[in-house]
Amino acid sequence: MSTTSPLRGAAAIVGASLSGVPMAPGRSALEILGEAVHGALADAGLKLSDVDGLFTGSSYHFLAGLSVAEYLGIHPKFCEATMVGGSSYVSHLLTAAMALHTGQCEVALICYGSNQGSGFGKLKSMAETPLYEAPYEPRYPISSYALAAARHMHQYGSTREDLAHIAVAARQWAQLNPLAYAREPLSIEQVLASRLVSDPLSVLDCCLVTDGGGALVLVRSERAKDFPKPPVYVLGAAAATWHRQIGSMPDLTVTATAESGPRAFAMAGLAPKDVDVLELYDAFTINTLLFLEDLGFCAKGEGGAFVRNGRIAPGGVLPVNTNGGGLSCCHPGMYGMFLLIEAVQQLRAEAGDRQVPGAEIALCHGNGGVLSSQVTALLGTAATV
Amino acid sequence: MSDARNSVFEGPGPDAQFAQALAQGRFQIQHCSACDQHVFYPRALCTHCGSAQLEWVAPSGAGCVYSSTTVRRKPQAGGDYNVALVDLAEGPRLMSRIDGVPPDQVRIGMRVQARVIDDPIKGKLLVFIPEGATP
Repeated sequence: MSTTSPLRGAAAIVGASLSGVPMAPGRSALEILGEAVHGALADAGLKLSDVDGLFTGSSYHFLAGLSVAEYLGIHPKFCEATMVGGSSYVSHLLTAAMALHTGQCEVALICYGSNQGSGFGKLKSMAETPLYEAPYEPRYPISSYALAAARHMHQYGSTREDLAHIAVAARQWAQLNPLAYAREPLSIEQVLASRLVSDPLSVLDCCLVTDGGGALVLVRSERAKDFPKPPVYVLGAAAATWHRQIGSMPDLTVTATAESGPRAFAMAGLAPKDVDVLELYDAFTINTLLFLEDLGFCAKGEGGAFVRNGRIAPGGVLPVNTNGGGLSCCHPGMYGMFLLIEAVQQLRAEAGDRQVPGAEIALCHGNGGVLSSQVTALLGTAATV
Repeated sequence: MSDARNSVFEGPGPDAQFAQALAQGRFQIQHCSACDQHVFYPRALCTHCGSAQLEWVAPSGAGCVYSSTTVRRKPQAGGDYNVALVDLAEGPRLMSRIDGVPPDQVRIGMRVQARVIDDPIKGKLLVFIPEGATP
């Protein structure tokens, strides 16, 4: 592989677990997180006392690293709770690889839990509406994504029907995933007929509101083969941040993915043609379209045509959001963790009916804020290191 | 409006100064005398060059709708309303609302003009109206 990054393949995921997907009524965010941590450590054959690096984020706890460490009863040497929105957990993957590589910790735990579905029934967020946007009452966050979709449609002629193909593809994947929240059949016509929330986005262009948690355990690669499950290696990761509020986004048709993607690919020594399976943060249908373009899977402006005809659905040429995504599997408020866990399951060939045969390289792309924070990660099996 | 002594680091800051002018019905943006570009929303440092040499100027008020959405709301709650991003002639982009036409008639590319209106709840509010429309 043509890369000089010392981080390529330096760390590996040796434990992974979901919890509370899609609903865990009566359970708190930290209880859901605790269950995922228990599962991921059991998966890795490790104990909680082995964890000395903690990476987490929360919509419930302002000092998330402190709250989670205390709740778990651990005393991490390295505690990282950078909050860049739903992309945070993909961002944590990068810092966990750095912390392991530089010896700041030996066992890194990335974890998340949320009960926003059963506990609140709507997005649970500590995010403020930006001062200069608040007087106009944009519905947060959908109106910001709607403005991006409207601009893309204006500039490139993409349509609501193109976006509906993305929702339907996600649903078809969800139908293969027993944990997915929304598994009933969905047609293009149903998406187009669904209630508009902030034009041109309708309720079926929006992610779900569910519960869910997840945890990942990482170690340095030299130890990775000593664990029970096949290791999944971090081949590349990169983050880019261009704005906070939508009015400050330079071009609403180009996300910072156009920067994070190429840097992640460069670290991994890979190109889009090498990727077997993609997990893209689909808070809204427009996300999938923008990220496919910005990651180089199709040209800018051609995303609408690209997603048609089942190309990203089960049986299509490019498997995208194989768990059903935030649109149809789960979305507990910050979805980044679920991108990574689905990629791990695919690369371990544990994905059951939705397994992409022979998947060796997965791309996870996290989004935070209102198309604000973009973090791309490339994961691979032992054969790719 | 610009005052050489009125540094962005002295006295009430750019947010407070913007709010004070708006409360008097005036919409103003910042101009950077170091790089000759304009800045909005109000900042302590120029987002183009990092300089603190920001001075208030009255923009022409001319703008162009960069993107637009109709936010759906029940009629009993006030009905649908517009949220738009407007590119000012001076360069900066900002979120606002297009008044003077129904929300579903706001078009990307529409030329608009700034107005400071009296909103019964929010007080002075910057909105835009299509060029040639009566406020």
